[in-house]
Amino acid sequence: MKRRKLDLKALPGKSAQEVDTRLPVATPLRGVLNKVFPDHWSFLLGEIALFSFIILLLTGTFLALFFEPSLQEVHYDGSYLPLQGVQMSRAYETALDLSFDVRGGLIMRQMHHWSALLFMAAIVVHMFRVFMTGAFRKPREINWIIGLSMFWLGFTEGFAGYSLPDDALSGTGLRIASAIMLSIPVIGSWVTTSLFGGEFPGEIILTRLYILHVFLLPLILLALVSIHVGLVFVQKHTQWPGPGRTNKNVVGERMFPRYAIKQGGFFMLVFAVIALMGGLFQINPIWLFGPYEAAVVSAGSQPDWYVMFLDGSTRLMPAWDIRVLGYNIPPLFWPTVVLPGILSVVPMAYPWIERRWKKDYASHNLLQRPRDVPDRTGLAAMALTFYLVLTISGGNDIFADKFHISLNAMTWAGRIGILVLPPLAYYFARRLSLGLQQHDREVLAHGVETGIIKRLPDGRFVEVHQPLVAPDEHGHTDLPYVGWTVPKKMNRLGALGPAVRGFFRPIEQAPPPQQEQEQPRDEITSGKH
Amino acid sequence: MTSDTPRPAAGAPKQRGRARRRLNSALRMFAALVFAGGIYAIVAPGGAQGAAPLTPAAEAGKALYDVSCITCHGANAQGVPGRGPSLIGVGSAAVEFQVETGRMPAARQEAQAERKDPHYNVDQARQLGAFIQELGGGPQLPEGEDFASKGKIARGGELYRINCSSCHAFSGGGGALSSGKYAPSLELATDRQIYAAMLTGPQNMPVFGDNELSPQDKFDIIAYVQNLKTDSDPGGWGLGRFGPVTEGLAIFLVGVVALVFAALWIAGKS
Repeated sequence: MKRRKLDLKALPGKSAQEVDTRLPVATPLRGVLNKVFPDHWSFLLGEIALFSFIILLLTGTFLALFFEPSLQEVHYDGSYLPLQGVQMSRAYETALDLSFDVRGGLIMRQMHHWSALLFMAAIVVHMFRVFMTGAFRKPREINWIIGLSMFWLGFTEGFAGYSLPDDALSGTGLRIASAIMLSIPVIGSWVTTSLFGGEFPGEIILTRLYILHVFLLPLILLALVSIHVGLVFVQKHTQWPGPGRTNKNVVGERMFPRYAIKQGGFFMLVFAVIALMGGLFQINPIWLFGPYEAAVVSAGSQPDWYVMFLDGSTRLMPAWDIRVLGYNIPPLFWPTVVLPGILSVVPMAYPWIERRWKKDYASHNLLQRPRDVPDRTGLAAMALTFYLVLTISGGNDIFADKFHISLNAMTWAGRIGILVLPPLAYYFARRLSLGLQQHDREVLAHGVETGIIKRLPDGRFVEVHQPLVAPDEHGHTDLPYVGWTVPKKMNRLGALGPAVRGFFRPIEQAPPPQQEQEQPRDEITSGKH
Repeated sequence: MTSDTPRPAAGAPKQRGRARRRLNSALRMFAALVFAGGIYAIVAPGGAQGAAPLTPAAEAGKALYDVSCITCHGANAQGVPGRGPSLIGVGSAAVEFQVETGRMPAARQEAQAERKDPHYNVDQARQLGAFIQELGGGPQLPEGEDFASKGKIARGGELYRINCSSCHAFSGGGGALSSGKYAPSLELATDRQIYAAMLTGPQNMPVFGDNELSPQDKFDIIAYVQNLKTDSDPGGWGLGRFGPVTEGLAIFLVGVVALVFAALWIAGKS
């Protein structure tokens, strides 16, 4: 009896059948794989954060195999000569070993750090996209709050990681963190001594930060990421307005195979950028900082960029001692506890604030172009400027030194800037939005500027417009604005010759120009004005 | 006096007696003056130049001083109010540091004199140093050019981090001080210059005398600083070793920009 060889063609279907008879997943999976996602570059910003988070988990696992969060005193005996014999903690020693003695350890450390910076950067950029396009509106308020929480969790997670190597920079940061906690009225000293197990630095803090950094916070983040992405599945992704796109449908590509393949490719690109940065750019050279000692505070001690705005707010805050009920509230309390408190609560409440402000209680699945909501765009510009002024002030000693500016002048520029620039940014962004709106309407009413100036027999000059549809007797067209790009150039209307393919240099021969001189020149008559 | 000696007159004995009397009194006057002057010269404190002649090096230094430094530091290095401080007692170490690094002669009055291409070469700077040294004494540099090899790097690192890094930063790249003042980068500093800076505390730098940091401590620090400069960044391009500020800039300018373009590219392929 001849046994049949394996039928390769039938194999996938057959094995899937085998799986499905044991685990009934076909029906739910079909829904997921057929899920349609709208395609736009700005929808991929959140993915950068997601992919850097995955890389953080992978590289972090590698680092955890070699790192020991111990404050036990040791004498360094590794291969970095300038620290030979120096007394340090075991944590710093293992971090140094990771950098110099573990094969591939340094690039893993650097990739971990760069992907942490990228994670936070992508969160912020993604958040601005969501805010400016109104994607946070009903029914997606919960996801907006989850996203904001992830920013603050990532912030804490990053700070905990920054504190772990126990180099002079991380110790300085931790010292500042303990000072911030001490500044909280009534409970400050209790909070600090509980966290540090006594006075700063104590012996327990690294162990606690470690379990926070490698277990608790990543777990919470992972849970929130799942809910965040899961809600996008359940509530469906928002989309831009356009032909065939309504508030009730989603136009795009199926999850499988096209969207999944694209996402896989994008993950590889994110991985590549992080790997390149990890290999090419040195980050956090802990061996230069030396072990942490209370007396060592280097110039240029800054936190990572996403914490720098709090450093900036501290630098800008005047040393005002405010007494409440006879107790002194330290000036540090306002810029480092009150400010982040406001910055986390107000944005979370913003979807509801806007609902009442604009009296818009409807559900929205279509996005808004930033220009169509000038007030919100203005607020975004205002927030961005506020954040930028604080972040630049957080590094103002570096800017002062490298650009030969007085540090005092930088501080005062920051103090004045934090009050003056955000309202200005609001004003300009709002006017810019209104101007862009007006230009859209103008094109819809009169057509695209052709760049052709005609001189009339009586000597007047008129610019010739190409209307988008046949104009009425006044040369006007009555097109409604649908919330999407209005063509502003003739080649958007296909008026130019076919484009020559090729990036940077042509890869095909340009077709010879068509001879149209035969036609009379007064062809262009439409659309006076 | 010889010119005053009356010529032998022809005849007239009366006139001759008068001339002799005059000559006598003139001689007595001269002797008295010489005596008084001599006593003064012996008893009075040594004059600015009379006491000990300058060595040839200091003499050459004085010639340079009279050209370039005298305007602000005064004819006798006593300083000019509002222009330049007294140089009495600053020692040759300070002079060599300021002149060799090009800080002196200063281009203008500002928060802090900047390092620039030196106006005088090393020999001239030492001649100036010798002049100021002989004028008023003060701290001097040890002999030799190579101090780094006498020091222990690791111990120097500990001392550097405690004493120096709060202004010059962990990288030796320098940092800002208040009102336009700054701690300069150590990138170009030679062994002797670093030693001189610690010894004399130029501009806004505190003095680290031999009681604060012994000469061996100073050699250790110099060894660390010079090693820091030769230490090639093992992690790649050091981004100026400015710390998290440039790292934050890099993640946006390189990472986010590259990935936004990647997103545009991927989303465009549909």
